[in-house]
This record gives sequence, C-alpha cells and structure tokens, in this order.
Amino acid sequence: MAPTRREFLKIAGVSAAGLVLPPLASVFAGAQAGMPAAGGVAPTGSDPRSALTAKRWGMVIDTRKCRSGCTDCIDACHIAHNVPNFGNPKDEIRWIGTEKMAHVFPAETHPRIPESIKSLPIPVFCNHCENPPCVRVCPTQATFQRADGIVMMDYHRCIGCRFCMAACPYGSRSMNFRDPRPFIPKIDPAFPTRTKGVVEKCNFCEERLAQGILPACVIACSEKALSFGDLEDPGSDVRRVLDGKFSLRRRQELGTGPQIYYIL
Amino acid sequence: MLEKALKGSRGYGIWVAFLLLLTGIGFFFYWKQLDYGLGITGMSRDVSWGLYIAQFTFLVGFAASAVMLVMPYYLHDFKEFGKITILGEFLAVSAVIMCVTFVTIDLGRPDRVANLLLHPSPRSVLFWDIIVLSGYLLINIVTGWTVLESEKKGVPPPAWVKPIIYISIPWAISIHTVTAFIYAGLPGRGFWLTAIMAPRFLASAFASGPALLILFCLILKRFTKFDAGEKAIQTLSKIVAYALAVSIFFVLVELFTAFYSQIPGHTSHLTYLFWGLEGHNMIANWMRVSALTAVAAFILLIIPKARTREPILALACGLTFLSLWIEKGLGLVITGFIPSPLEAITDYIPTGPEIAISVGIWALGLLLITVFYKIFVAVRTET
Amino acid sequence: MKLYNRGIILAGIVVFLILASGPFWYGRGRAVSPPDLKLDTPAIEQLKEKLCVEPAPYMRANHMRLLNDWRDSVVREGKRTYTAADGKVYKISLTGTCLECHSNKEQFCDRCHDYAGAKPACWDCHIIPEEVR
Repeated sequence: MAPTRREFLKIAGVSAAGLVLPPLASVFAGAQAGMPAAGGVAPTGSDPRSALTAKRWGMVIDTRKCRSGCTDCIDACHIAHNVPNFGNPKDEIRWIGTEKMAHVFPAETHPRIPESIKSLPIPVFCNHCENPPCVRVCPTQATFQRADGIVMMDYHRCIGCRFCMAACPYGSRSMNFRDPRPFIPKIDPAFPTRTKGVVEKCNFCEERLAQGILPACVIACSEKALSFGDLEDPGSDVRRVLDGKFSLRRRQELGTGPQIYYIL
Repeated sequence: MLEKALKGSRGYGIWVAFLLLLTGIGFFFYWKQLDYGLGITGMSRDVSWGLYIAQFTFLVGFAASAVMLVMPYYLHDFKEFGKITILGEFLAVSAVIMCVTFVTIDLGRPDRVANLLLHPSPRSVLFWDIIVLSGYLLINIVTGWTVLESEKKGVPPPAWVKPIIYISIPWAISIHTVTAFIYAGLPGRGFWLTAIMAPRFLASAFASGPALLILFCLILKRFTKFDAGEKAIQTLSKIVAYALAVSIFFVLVELFTAFYSQIPGHTSHLTYLFWGLEGHNMIANWMRVSALTAVAAFILLIIPKARTREPILALACGLTFLSLWIEKGLGLVITGFIPSPLEAITDYIPTGPEIAISVGIWALGLLLITVFYKIFVAVRTET
Repeated sequence: MKLYNRGIILAGIVVFLILASGPFWYGRGRAVSPPDLKLDTPAIEQLKEKLCVEPAPYMRANHMRLLNDWRDSVVREGKRTYTAADGKVYKISLTGTCLECHSNKEQFCDRCHDYAGAKPACWDCHIIPEEVR
C-alpha cells in the first residue's frame, strides 16, 4: 500500500512556505463576458468564487425567435467543445442539432398546425432529464447525474457499449465511431477532445458554468432565443420566461422529466 | 481428457483447420476494427447496435439447449436424455463463450472492459447480464465436465454435482429474462417496450437450442459411432415443435396489440420489420423468409410421419434455426432503432469486415463445440 | 518410470522455454541508461522556491494517483480546486496548472514514461497547448 498524501507529509515533515504556482487571482480571472444579470446564478462560496451554481439547471427555447437556416448556437457549441465534423450522417457527432416539429414533437403535431410553425427549425439538445434512462442503464457509471441536474459523461470511464444510446428516447447521444481528432476543424486547447470508442453529448457547458460563464449556445444566439438558469429559483431567467408562456417538453409521457422547455 | 481432441480422422483435421482459418480471418478484421474504430461496421448514430449485439441476443438462446435436456432428465427422470445432457451442456458453454465474445468486440473501448467490475452498477441490466451469463458458463463447464469425467472412470457422478445441476434450471431462465430486459426496459423504443419480451426470448430459445442439438445428434450419428437414440431425438423434436408454436403465437400477439390499437409508436417499427417503410425494405424481405420458414418448419414438425424421417427432421430443424436467426439475430435488435427517436429511417447494412468478424466468432464457437463433442464421443465409444 | 510421447513433450517444453524467455533474448545487449533530464523551464526558473503542488519526492512517486484524484474530483464531483498539504489552493487543471510550469512535456513527461514503459492516455484527449494545429 502506498502512503496517502497526508501520511507521507507527516513522515517527510515538509514545511509550508512561499507561494509557488501562479497565484489564484490570475487563475480565476477567467470570468469574462457572459456573467448573467439574471437571478438564480448567484456566485457561491465553495468552489471557484465566480462559479455559477443552481439547484436544477434548465433551459427554455423560444423557437419563434429562431431564424431558419441559422446555426449560430450549433457552431458555437461545436467549436467550444471540439466536436468533430465527419461530413457524413453515419459517423455524425452532434451536441446540438435542428429538427422539424413533426420529429421533435410527434405527439403534439397535427395536420392543422400552421406551416409557419411546422417548418420551424427546432434546436434539440441533451434534455438533462430529471430521471435519465441513460444514467440508469450505464454499466460503469460513466454517465451520471450531478446534484444540480446536469447529466454528465466521464469520458475517462466510458467503455463504449452504447447502451445509453439505446436508452435515450431523444437521440441526443453520439458515438465516436472513428478517431475524432483529424475531423475537428480547429482544436480549442481549453477543452479536451474525445477518443474513438466513447459516447458523447451536450454537457450544459458545465466547464463554463464553473468559470462563471453562461453556455456557449445561449451567448451565441443573437435573437436571445435561449434562456438558461435555475429552475428552482422563481426569480431566474428561465422561470420568468416559463411563467408567462405555455411551454412544452419533449415526450413528456415517458416520465424522464426533460429540463429543456420549448415555446412554439 | 483434453488429449482426446488432438487425435482424429483426416476429415476432423480438415474441419478444425477450416474453422481455425475462419477464426483467424475474423481476428485479422477485429485487429483492423481496433485500429479504425467501430466505424468499420455498418452501425451509425441512428442504428447504434448491429450484427454483433444481435448475434449475442440470438446465441443466448442456444444456451437454453442444456436446460431442455437437464429438466426432463433430472427432474422427471426421463432416462433417454441421460445420454445427451452433456451435449446440451457443452453446447451451452460454447454459446455463452460466443455471447461474451460478441459483447466484447462490440465495445468501443475494450481496453476498459475492467471498468465493469471496478465500477459495478446494479441499476444497469448489463451488470446483471454479466453476472447471469458468467454464472451459467461456470455451472455448465463444471457439471458437463464432472459428469463426463466420472463416466470415463466408470463411476457415478459425485453427489455435489446434483445441487448445481438443479440450480442450472432456474439459472437458464434467468439468462433469457435478463437479456430480454436489456431491451424491454427502455423508454422511447416502442418496439422493445413489451412485457412479453422475456417470454418471447424463452420460447424462441427453447426452439432454436434443441433444433441445433438435433442437428448435431444427427451429424454425430452419421459421422461417428455415437447414436443419441431415436426416442431422445423424437422427444427433442416435439419440444422444438411446441416452443416454435409458442414463439410464432407470441409474435402474432405483438402484431395484434400494435395493429389493432394502431398507435403509431408501436405500428411503425412492426411495419418496417414486415413490410418496410418508405421503400426501405431490406429487413422486411428477410423477415418474410423468417415467417415462411417458421411456418414450414412447424408444419413439418407437427406431422409425425414427417418428423420421424431423419432427412425431413433435419430440414425442419434447419428451417427453425434459419427462421429464428433472422428473427433474433437480425430483426429484433435493428428494428428497435428504426425509425429513430427523431423519426429517421436509417438503413443498416453490415459491412464486409463486420460480417468477417461475426463469422470468425461463429467459427470459434463451432470449434469449441467440435472439440467438446470429439472428447464426448471418444469417452462414450471407448468406455 | 517411462515417459510416454517423450519427443512431443520435450519439444513442447523447449518451445515453451524459448517463448517464455523470449523478451530477455530480445532485450539482451540493449541496456538503456536512464534518461538525462533537463526539467527547468522558464516558468520554473522564475519561481522563488522551486516547489510543485506537493514536494518533489511525493510527486515523483504519486503523481499518477494525484492526477487520478484530480480527474475524479473535477469530472465527478465538480470540485475544481485542490488544497495542498501546506494549505495553498490550486486550480485543478492538467493543461493549465501542471503544464503551466512544466511546459516541456516532451522532457518532463515523455522521457521518463518512455523509459519506464508507461503509456498514460492523458494526451489522447487533453491537448498540449503548443501542439494545436
């Protein structure tokens, strides 16, 4: 058995002295643009001082504001997360996509819905379900749910069995069928890539929230179609939008409790 | 006893060499797959499980061959099966080894397979499937080998084997049930979300497993000095007939529920499976073959005059095998993904390397069966 | 005592011995001396006291364990800071905190790992800042 850190230090009798590595102030000077004005994302004391925290993160998408053909949110997300572009549907990896209403809301679509709504490009994400089937089926706990509701992937642990892809009723997950690195248009060193053989998906930009920045898609949308915040906080952005409008969730009847809400 | 597998006729040697060659080819392409990734297969974002998982699902069925012999012999004292229970157990061993191999080669990161044990997740059905499959493998290796070894020595099997054999009966039920639960518990996959998934697995397993066993007994009778006996084979053929009937009935029940209720989430998959959707009808063509062969096999099996003639019995068993291979080893898994949750119809066509790897694993399984049966026949005919 | 199949058995033993001792034959006469490491980087030279997040002997022996703990801490617990034994707090980041000082990955990581035959998978995903295309 190797000694634990504290045991080792006791023996070594190392004294604490002088700050060595870059002082914290510079490390955490990361809170750039994107600090939200809305409530529900108050900085807390524990982790990095400026981190955004919530009891349950959620998103509202006002699809009426979406311009057809616009891919701003998708591009921003895929650049920020080093999502590869294979250029074919078979190997495709996507964190955000757009789909027609009939495909996103099959149960809510009927022939009398005006064409203007039916042809809306509806952005689809991981729903960060309250009761996620993907987490239930994962045999290694590589996908798990955080206390703030974010359904996370641990890419260090995933064995690539793809049970989660079969379990997800929203088609939100993608498999790295090939080595993704050669297909990433421009690698952003701030975020790791993935390897071939693991499954990946939207992470609600948890790495940005930790630095106090809102998700890339939310900031990228010039029409402000996406709102993000704490669903448990009555004063948050998302709650204000939801309080005033009728909203839908995808395949509500399955009991998964999606945390992405749509206004059509 | 293993040394008995080393000596054999010229035909035996050629057959083993042939299987080794196929296994080698499969291994070569698996090595390619490790390098390129699972993109070398026909699987895609929409159809994320394919031939590999389908073969696994089908082969779990073979493992049932053992219990259909063990139960009558040990619980009901049906003496005629005494001669061949070991054959069933060895078939089960080979089948489970093939299952485990198929699941392993389907992993995107096989180098991390130990994570299954390092981070056990009792909420995952796959966790339980690993437990029941490895348990079943162990049970059948121990019982099959011990009983055969006692026979070789001419002594009755040791008393401690009996309880293990009794445990193997419910355990066999568990491997089909748990494998069915992999599919049956997923929200949003209407095709799999059916309570009779586990019963369907059991029914088709009790047909395909014994059917293959009959074929093997007929082959052994033809090429070796071992004869399983008319009565044992005829009883097995009746088991196949009943199980096949139940299996067909279950599929018809599924069709009724979907098409009488006419709920699109349920009909769309079955429409794709049997008639094709929007011109995508590759699987539908296969399924028609499956349906026809199932009916033909059933007719041949229920007519006593037909099934008592060995060539016809062999044909009926071959048809049963083919029909259920198409149904479980092709249709059941792939159709669950079509249409996708986003209503896309994405065809799945296995690639050459994918087929070569699958054939390689089948060859490996057949090789195991060959070796086991060689030892068995050697022990039986020499003592 | 009579030995049956003597030829086959002896041949088998010889083949086994050759295979089992193969690596030793393969590596014979190829002794590799430990790499001569230059570990200083501009960032380290500027430090008043040259100290890693924990003392060097501890890091040498346990960096892999520490990095695994860091990994789980960030990914699974969302905890992104590390409090060292001396009370100082560091941001947990392989490419940020570690490589900030040890910017010479080839010298600092690879040469020892190559020598020891260790193949950490860190860089399959994490990106070495200078190597970005």
